[in-house]
Amino acid sequence: MYDMAGSEIICHLLQQQGIRTVAGIPGGANLPLYDAIAQCTSIRHVLARHEQGAGFIAQGLARINRRPEVCLATSGPGATNLITAVADAKLDSVPLVCITGQVPGRMIGTDAFQEVDTYGISIPITKHNFLVRSAEELLKVIPAAFRIAASGRPGPVLVDVPKDVQTERVRFSRWPAPGRPTAPPHNDAQQREAAVTLIRQSDHPVLCLGGGIISANAAETARQFAEKIGAPTTHTLMGIGSLPSDHPLCIGMLGMHGAKFTNKILQQCDLLIAVGMRFDDRATGKVTQFCPQAKIVHIDIDPSELDKIKQAHAGIVGDATEVLADLTERIPQQEHSAWLATTAQLRRDHPLEMPGLDDVCSPYGLIRQVAKSVDDDAIITTDVGQHQMWVAQAFPIVGRRRFLTSGGLGTMGFGLPVAIGAALAQPERTVVAFCGDGSLMMNIQELVTAVEQNVNVKIVVMDNNALGLVHQQQDLFYDGRHFASEFQKSVDFSMIARGFGMPACDLGTAADPHRTLRQSLDRRGPCLIRVPIDLCRQVFPMVPPGAANKDQIGERRHVAAIA
Amino acid sequence: MSQPSPDTARPRNQQTRAVLELIVRNHPGVMAHVCGLFSRRAYNVEGIVCMPIDEGSTSRIWMLVNEDDRLDQMTRQILKLEDVSEVRRHGSDHPVFRRLRK
Ligand SMILES: Cc1ncc(C[n+]2csc(CCOP(=O)(O)OP(=O)(O)O)c2C)c(N)n1
Repeated sequence: MYDMAGSEIICHLLQQQGIRTVAGIPGGANLPLYDAIAQCTSIRHVLARHEQGAGFIAQGLARINRRPEVCLATSGPGATNLITAVADAKLDSVPLVCITGQVPGRMIGTDAFQEVDTYGISIPITKHNFLVRSAEELLKVIPAAFRIAASGRPGPVLVDVPKDVQTERVRFSRWPAPGRPTAPPHNDAQQREAAVTLIRQSDHPVLCLGGGIISANAAETARQFAEKIGAPTTHTLMGIGSLPSDHPLCIGMLGMHGAKFTNKILQQCDLLIAVGMRFDDRATGKVTQFCPQAKIVHIDIDPSELDKIKQAHAGIVGDATEVLADLTERIPQQEHSAWLATTAQLRRDHPLEMPGLDDVCSPYGLIRQVAKSVDDDAIITTDVGQHQMWVAQAFPIVGRRRFLTSGGLGTMGFGLPVAIGAALAQPERTVVAFCGDGSLMMNIQELVTAVEQNVNVKIVVMDNNALGLVHQQQDLFYDGRHFASEFQKSVDFSMIARGFGMPACDLGTAADPHRTLRQSLDRRGPCLIRVPIDLCRQVFPMVPPGAANKDQIGERRHVAAIA
Repeated sequence: MSQPSPDTARPRNQQTRAVLELIVRNHPGVMAHVCGLFSRRAYNVEGIVCMPIDEGSTSRIWMLVNEDDRLDQMTRQILKLEDVSEVRRHGSDHPVFRRLRK
């Protein structure tokens, strides 16, 4: 017979789930839980400086480890601060278990100090959520939270635990089994057959890989499948890394900032095999004109994604690894030499243009220089803005490299805390966070967390002293009326970093910027590298918001915004 | 996508309706989950009835909704809710709402 407090039960169940690191901030309503964690030697607590930081640190851990990771916050402002990171996890299908403190049960509904309806607030941004009513319930709820977060299409689960539930003692005879993902569905035999037929009949197939390939760890299977069907292969922003960028079949990222040849190839395909991607508007552009001649084979773990945006001619619900392996086995080797020649010609005629490759203080030059200086197992994170798109276009994700970005929610401030989480998950690897100066300011407090944890995170600040992507859109679509997108004062990021106790350098003033960059990347431990970027640098090509991908613009000119 | 069943067919300009019947786990948050799904996808719910069954451990919810081409998608979204074990689709003349209309 066990006799334990709710907080101790949570701790034990987290250990049982294999949780080694949790990130969070304590406060009145979760202090009992913190007291229990303090006594639990096998769980390392990472004290963030803002709950959003804690949420994103947990995301970094989860995206790298591909399993649910945990963040903690107190009631009220603690919980509301967490929300953005949770919503981000929902849209990018990242498994999280968020445990929030709540005011004691008898005070719920009285507008007590630091009471907010965390349960109500979190419904639309979680995969599922719980308000726990007794310590005994924790024995069911915690394993369920892990099971739900990891099963099928992963996502965040929030567990709101009133303070009196944390302190309540309960007697019970045995521990529940840890929550494990349920087996993915394996069916759709007819649809699989239809997919095989469509693939065999196609002359101009294109394979499109999404974030589902990354989260299902299906990259190797996807490569074999791509080679078997001999199809040019594109990927979404979230799918970066699903086929190495140097693979002969890889045609790069599609969509709003994809290369022209990539979108042109899609324009001509007669079959699109979409795996683990959800036809997001940034990927498809105006959807009625996306792949206009193509039949669609859609493979996804989430049944509600099929036929949501594009009606599939064959729709298969299942785990990407299992389905792709099955199809690979059933399909004889396909040859599409004429089609591959066409696509190669399109690539030559409409390549991704990367001006300034030899200038380390220009976007592409910097990105390529960093790529040359880090290993084949480096982890790359980004914030949101122009820098994110430049990195997505130009940083070769090869070998065991990983690319972590905020795709669905597009959250500025993502890069730094997620890099910390990734580095905690993989301490030996180098983690490079490409940050915009605007984005970095949104979670800059986590610089000190990186120092405290002594993680191997390199923060590359692409500093144009502006909200660059907003500036660019005003330039292109609002007749150059730049408003609220240029900062009046510039920030000395190197000095800020040093103030947090982090070494820093400035490629703008360094005598030999190449050498300074290399040294900063090579030295272990956290470091901030500030790089001045000219605000006239813009991301091209670009599909105007609301336009079709075929109407991508290649250079700076004013056009009317469509949406 | 969704073909109106014969019993709900109406003159052209009138919206056809459907009744969804859900079996859900019964707890204080479940209505918020179900209704929230509709409201945040801007899908109007015309009527709703909820009753506990099985000695209160589960509930049955009937929802009267417009039958437009998003209903299939809505049904799939409802099925993703952890607390929902079953969704059935009926015509608009389902007795629950017919009696209430009187
Ligand atoms: C939290 C948040 N607020 C606002 C936006 C809208 N937004 C998108 S990009 C951008 C500018 C980003 O500026 P910066 O981080 O400096 O990157 P740059 O575009 O200059 O590379 C803004 C404000 C956002 N994506 N996220």
